[in-house]
Amino acid sequence: MAQDGYASKGTQRALIGAGIAAATAGAAAMFLWNRKLNQDHDDDLISDAPSWTLKKAPEGGEGAPIGRTVTIGRPAQELFDEWRDFTRFPRFMENVERVEKLDGKRSRWTIKAPADSTVELVTEITAEEPGRRIAWKSTPDSQISTTGEVLFKTAPGDRGTYVSLVQTYDAPGGAIGKLFAKILQREPGIQARRDLRRFKQLMETGEVTTNASPSGRKSENPARAHI
Amino acid sequence: MRALTWHGRHDVRVDTVPDPEIVNPRDAILKVTSTAICGSDLHLYDGYIPTMRAGDILGHEFMGEVVETGSKSTLKKGQRGVVPFTVSCGDCFFCKKQQFSACDNSNPSETSDASMMLMGHEMGGAFGYAHLTGGYAGGQAEYVRVPYSDVGPIVVPDHLDDDQVLFLSDILPTGWMAAENAQIEPGDTIAVWGCGPVGLFAIQSALIMGAARVIAIDHFPTRLELAKKLGAEIIHYHQANVRDALNEMTGGIGPDAVIDCVGMESHGLTIDNIADQVKAQLYLATERPHALRQAILSCRKGGRVSIPGVYGGFADKFPLGQLMEKGLTVKTGQTHVQKYTKPLLEMIEEGKVDTTFLISHHASLEAGPEMYKHWHDEQNSYTKIVLKTAMAKGAVEETRTPAQEIIHREMSNA
Repeated sequence: MAQDGYASKGTQRALIGAGIAAATAGAAAMFLWNRKLNQDHDDDLISDAPSWTLKKAPEGGEGAPIGRTVTIGRPAQELFDEWRDFTRFPRFMENVERVEKLDGKRSRWTIKAPADSTVELVTEITAEEPGRRIAWKSTPDSQISTTGEVLFKTAPGDRGTYVSLVQTYDAPGGAIGKLFAKILQREPGIQARRDLRRFKQLMETGEVTTNASPSGRKSENPARAHI
Repeated sequence: MRALTWHGRHDVRVDTVPDPEIVNPRDAILKVTSTAICGSDLHLYDGYIPTMRAGDILGHEFMGEVVETGSKSTLKKGQRGVVPFTVSCGDCFFCKKQQFSACDNSNPSETSDASMMLMGHEMGGAFGYAHLTGGYAGGQAEYVRVPYSDVGPIVVPDHLDDDQVLFLSDILPTGWMAAENAQIEPGDTIAVWGCGPVGLFAIQSALIMGAARVIAIDHFPTRLELAKKLGAEIIHYHQANVRDALNEMTGGIGPDAVIDCVGMESHGLTIDNIADQVKAQLYLATERPHALRQAILSCRKGGRVSIPGVYGGFADKFPLGQLMEKGLTVKTGQTHVQKYTKPLLEMIEEGKVDTTFLISHHASLEAGPEMYKHWHDEQNSYTKIVLKTAMAKGAVEETRTPAQEIIHREMSNA
């Protein structure tokens, strides 16, 4: 047993002892240093980090923003043009059942909600910079209150475009509102990430990737995606 | 159709399941003719890979005939193709860099959350290998849906039979990339842990790439003999102290590069491995990296560590200080199969690589469950199993290539 073990158990133990001592001292120093850093910079924001990655939400917001960024290997203007037509959202947004155009700025979204119900909202485009940014918010006619913004930024080299989707949700009272809020709290950012990944797949490959395939599970359809 | 399905630890069955369908424009459906059981399928068999679900169809080494194509597939009905185990879109940043196994689009958005949490980024997709890598049905079945079929499958000429080209799907390119990652220079001695199929192909590749010597380490006599036939020197680790032997065989310098073709379920009765086994059983650790530890300690200063062996999570007692102090370079990763299929197919056609010497058994798909058991329990005599969908139900054939014939004769004389 242990024929190919270590050369000297004594040396090894001494090394491990020294290592543990050094690691402990290092961890303590790091902890103190971090605490000092946090105290020093508690008030003035000096990070270039996107607002949705900050540990402390900026003041005056309507609810914590949920943000996600992906790189898509296509030019910013092409991605902007695709996104600008909101009626295409159901192709890549999992929970959006359909989007109806009301006029140049406004559209009605039907969103899947828990227990086979749906939520309707009417959104209005609040800002638009071709090739760079589209922002929208829900109007008072909506069952939930939301703001959204998609940002397109040309990536370095030939990598295409950084696309960021930033949303806030504020669910109202009522049974549906409560369920919706619960889901959003449980899965912050997951929906945004999945939707963005589908948009990326569609724009880069021409299709939305699916694992639809057979299995030994009776409940599944081989033409349908499964988790 | 009939398919091999996973139902839990050491529980593989043949089930009747629905046929696959074309879902996306770039899809194709293949009628599988040959499919192999991979060493990494044993990690699934032993229940080491999370996110497997009862009923998942196994298999990521397969080939067959194109029987149906989507509107944007470049394949044609009737063509024979070998399918890489990695699903890759060909369009994303990673595919364009030829890092196909890192494809950013092939893991569906619904299944990529788990790997995002576990690894920090979404992993690429793969066939028949748990939901962490997409939950795609595998190819140990009569038919299989191949997404992005214009990027993955390589069409093979009719004069090459299945056995000659099947391993382009995984183990041949995996062995090749393992040797490439060892960054071999003239005069180098390369040590390879594990003489399973990937290890054997890594040995063959290292010698083709110009390694002066290859030293192979294992404890299964048949596998060591196969390594010897390829031109490697061999160490049976029950018989010799591996680190001492490697040092003495390399004039005290140590091997210039080490290749870990073992992965997370390392054998060997040593203190560190026993502790790892206990922890893995109690779910306190996911890895048993005994071979990798030994490889890192054996490698010469400033040498290279290539890791084609599969690991899934966190390892204990990893010799990080040794890695740093010795100035080692580590290269690893799932194989970028699509990068290697074409040059390796050419080498098969030119007779430069031997791809059939390791096959020990052919069997029908229906014999799959018992073949998994043999592959798991009798690694000395089962060196590679190929399942043929056309073979009669339950049929099993022991194949002896010339190399194996010699080994069998030598071993029965001994």
